[in-house]
Amino acid sequence: MEQGDQIPELKVTPDKYLPHRYAGASGDFNPIHIDQEFAKQVGLPGNILHGLYMMGLVARANAGLAHGDPRALKRLSVQFRGMGVPEQEITVSGTVKSVDGDRVVIDTVAEQGGNRVIRNAEAEVELGE
Amino acid sequence: MALKTDAVGKQWPAVTYQASRAKIAEYANAIGAENPVHFDREAALAAGFRDVVAPPMFCVVYSAPAMGPAILDPEVGMNFSAMVHGSQEFEWGEAVCSGDEITTTPRCAEIYEKDGKGFYVFESTSVNQEDAQVVRGTWTNIVRGV
Repeated sequence: MEQGDQIPELKVTPDKYLPHRYAGASGDFNPIHIDQEFAKQVGLPGNILHGLYMMGLVARANAGLAHGDPRALKRLSVQFRGMGVPEQEITVSGTVKSVDGDRVVIDTVAEQGGNRVIRNAEAEVELGE
Repeated sequence: MALKTDAVGKQWPAVTYQASRAKIAEYANAIGAENPVHFDREAALAAGFRDVVAPPMFCVVYSAPAMGPAILDPEVGMNFSAMVHGSQEFEWGEAVCSGDEITTTPRCAEIYEKDGKGFYVFESTSVNQEDAQVVRGTWTNIVRGV
């Protein structure tokens, strides 16, 4: 890989019940993620995706460079901006920022409907042979 | 109003979490991870792991029981109705496999004000049963209108 290369895009459309499954898997049952009515009462358009779920997608896209090897991702930092919602496609894309031996640093963005839900994400990935 | 910073440097009790195949598979399914090393012990062994291995972001599952009391601590005093999870960083060490016992210790690293917002930065370190570091996390919550 070289500086400026793109990583393969990851496209995912979380279904209506994904936030419930993610809540169970992660233990985060904050009602803004799983209760439409509650979410609307606090001024949200509806229940929203967990930020850490979207970070999980960003991690997946970067680990994909090493065929999904869970040892490959060494560091990931993200900023949560905007809200992700269920039933709309999310695209994770990334550009190689620097290469040092078998370690690459990748600038990553997660976007949904023109809204960047995760930005300034930086991943450090160790590529295998 | 000055931001309350008394909690800076405070540590909360370490919490130990035992990773299991079922939880790893449930988490991997939720984020759509497809590598069989997350689901199938034979595939994990063949890839050089001790047992079914967790996706890196499984760290949120084993860290959460330790982070809860830190974030909810009245001494920190975050106004939850105006709080958002602003940013997050993880740096990984050893992989986490089913059967591992992961101990996470949270600490309040920084509280500061910028542009009328309060920034509350927590750090966590997680080690396995052999005392090898598996992840270090930096959790930043932002509170509007402090």
